Amino acid sequence: MSSILIAITLLATLAIIFGAILGFAAVRFKVEGNPIVDQIDDLLPQTQCGQCSYPGCKPYAEAIAAGESINKCPPGGESTIIALADLLGVEPEPLDAEHGAEKDVPMVAIIREDECIGCTKCIQACPIDAIMGAAKQMHTVIADECTGCDLCVEPCPVDCIDMVPVETTLQNWHWDKPENLIATSEQPHEENLEQGVH
Amino acid sequence: MQTITLHSFDGGIHPQENKHQSTQTAIAQLPLPTQLIIPISQHIGAPADVTVSVGDSVLKGQQIAKPKGFISAAIHAPTSGKVVAIEKRELPHSSGLEGICIILDTDGKDQWLEEINNGSLAINEYLEADNELLINRIRDCGITGMGGAGFPTAVKMAVQNRTIDTLIINGAECEPYITSDDMLMRERALETLRGVQILLKLTSAKSCLIGIEDNKPEAIQAMEDALHKIHREHHIAVVKIPTKYPSGGEKQLIKILTGKEVPSAGIPADIGIVCQNVGTCEAVYHAVAEGKPLISRITTITGESIEQPQNVEVLIGTPVKDLLGYAGFKQEKSLFQKLLGSKSKTESKPRIIMGGPMMGFTLSSDELPILKSSNCILAPSQKELPANDIASACIRCGLCTEACPAELLPQQLYWFSKAGELDKAEQHNIADCIECGACSYVCPSQIPLVQYYRHTKGAIKDERAAQQKSDRSKIRFEARQARLDREAAEKEAKRQARAAAAEKAQAAKKAAAAEALSKQTTESAEGVDENTSTDAPAETKNPEPVDLEKLQKQLDAAQAGLKKSMDKVAELKASASEDGVENAPIENLDVFEKAVATRRDKVKLLALQIAEAKKLAPPVKKEVSREDIEKKLRAQKDRLAKTKERVDLAKEQGLDSLPALQKGLDKQMQKLKELEEELAQFDKAGA
Repeated sequence: MSSILIAITLLATLAIIFGAILGFAAVRFKVEGNPIVDQIDDLLPQTQCGQCSYPGCKPYAEAIAAGESINKCPPGGESTIIALADLLGVEPEPLDAEHGAEKDVPMVAIIREDECIGCTKCIQACPIDAIMGAAKQMHTVIADECTGCDLCVEPCPVDCIDMVPVETTLQNWHWDKPENLIATSEQPHEENLEQGVH
Repeated sequence: MQTITLHSFDGGIHPQENKHQSTQTAIAQLPLPTQLIIPISQHIGAPADVTVSVGDSVLKGQQIAKPKGFISAAIHAPTSGKVVAIEKRELPHSSGLEGICIILDTDGKDQWLEEINNGSLAINEYLEADNELLINRIRDCGITGMGGAGFPTAVKMAVQNRTIDTLIINGAECEPYITSDDMLMRERALETLRGVQILLKLTSAKSCLIGIEDNKPEAIQAMEDALHKIHREHHIAVVKIPTKYPSGGEKQLIKILTGKEVPSAGIPADIGIVCQNVGTCEAVYHAVAEGKPLISRITTITGESIEQPQNVEVLIGTPVKDLLGYAGFKQEKSLFQKLLGSKSKTESKPRIIMGGPMMGFTLSSDELPILKSSNCILAPSQKELPANDIASACIRCGLCTEACPAELLPQQLYWFSKAGELDKAEQHNIADCIECGACSYVCPSQIPLVQYYRHTKGAIKDERAAQQKSDRSKIRFEARQARLDREAAEKEAKRQARAAAAEKAQAAKKAAAAEALSKQTTESAEGVDENTSTDAPAETKNPEPVDLEKLQKQLDAAQAGLKKSMDKVAELKASASEDGVENAPIENLDVFEKAVATRRDKVKLLALQIAEAKKLAPPVKKEVSREDIEKKLRAQKDRLAKTKERVDLAKEQGLDSLPALQKGLDKQMQKLKELEEELAQFDKAGA
């Protein structure tokens, strides 16, 4: 009888102790916000362009966490959709054309500075504060920060903003991938076959 | 010669050397070209800043572009002449991209800058000189690594926060065909060794090893003879190393000479070693001892399409065609390039390679200039170096793995690169690939492996840059969001403060009006009831309904106050009589009695006012309200129109104030509706 009592008391004590530890941990190490939102947000391209119809990447990440479809991000394109599908364990879907097409090359906004009237409308439109300038002063785009989101183009009353492809320089150039050729697509040279070297 | 235990690196290949063709004659001087094309970006780091303008006459050795930023190098005029253009030209680079070049028409005088000519820039006792002075001179002379990468030497020597114990001089020159370092060591061994002494002083290394492959016995001999002449340097040793490609790779040479391995993603300085090319040493000597900037270099011109393969000292910026013309270029023998892909079928031109057959790249034209790092121009014949054939499928033979000097798994890297699996390629240390081309050389399927790796390396770099940018964008977006929220909050706070102030002002106004009214009512009460004809009603009618209520409230409050005061007086009186103390209570009593009196007056006044108001209100109210409401309605409509205009404007401009304006508009609409209803009610009542 007493052994049963001892066992019960012991288990009860343990239960209380662990309960207390768990309770403390639940309060002390409470995770703020939904961690999956941050993971999704990390995969999104952070152009903040709003093409997904949400006002930025974080809101779209929140919407995805709440069940929104993952194919509404044209700047991210296919690779982002696949990454999101991997993360969430869902089937990848083709990009929703309604929200725009994926661009082949990264773009950057350029203000034709002599035409700028200094209206500040593009500055207000830029989601990441990548346009410098003041009222009635010329504005300019900080090219390194520009995500090429297009949001500044439309508000410009004098239409002096162009979207141009990011220039290839010696610093960012790299080799193309070799073309994937099949050996039988072209007859090899005879002398090469003889020598066996190139 | 000291005996040094040599080590070996894994892999490596033994391609045909083909070095003897170009070592038959002494180093020649190329006649002065008529025009030089000098790119401002010949080195690793930021392009130099052009300091001359079109039309300027420059002297030989004059700086024409100064270094911009820390990792950069100066550019000097290789001869005297006139700057005829500063424009974008195609660069001798595998990308075929354009870059700013200074175009210099030579004047044939080859006149040195006066300071260099009279030797005033030379540092005579350079081995006793201050290190900073030496490094500055090396920087001013625009010395960059001559081995191929073109890293600014001054930067390499200046960034030494680690102790260096070994200086390694690279004279291996392992790539086939190239003999420029070989000929340099044969003919200018003393200058080279003096340059080594300077670098040794700058690094304060304990020992210096000059590694030379054993296929250059003349160079080894010349260097040893020169070493004997210098005498006092016992810690410099010339080391003969076995010939194997790519023993001239920095990491491989370090492994051979010291047995140490440079850590992945690290630099030799991490293990106390600095590596310099022999050509760089010679250039350093000329810069320090003679004050001469780097304006020329020794370049090998070789290949079966060249009549007289040899080494030539050429000015930086010399077009390749001048060099080809000098050495005799046999166009018909030259390999007609047959590139893979559609373009090649229509277009083929002589194949001229800058660099060696392993790591060099094909030039798109012979107009391109020689750079500080161009050690060889190779014009092979069709037979000598056939164009790349179509790649076959990988047969998994594993030859590439055996050949890889960096101990990587080229086949795995190939699969990952082909499939675009960047993360896996990274895990397999693609960053440690030195792009030597050994794997492509041995590949029986002729797969352009190195191109795959180069592409993948670039793609990884791009991806990393994109990730960094996206992180930065995120931070900027969040910062902007926070700023907008803060601004909105500030605006809201201000608006509330304004609203509170307005309310106060309104209350004060009303109180004043009430007072005026009370005065008038008392006056009119004293007079006759015929006050309707005077202007008094006009004043009273507006605040009338509110006033009546308010007055009632005031009356109630006053009555309550009066009662309280009277209670207090009674209490005090009672306590005073109990205690029998006279003085203090009487004083208090006085005050309270006064309060009671004033409050009673107030109550009386208020009661009177209410009575008057009640008497006045009904007739006045009906008659005036109809007109008044109409007036109000009109005013309200005007206001509404104005607000609407403002909202539209805000919408058009996308102003921040739009939501606030919208709210205001809604409120005004509400008010308008209310007024209209009121009017309708009046009309009904009137009917």
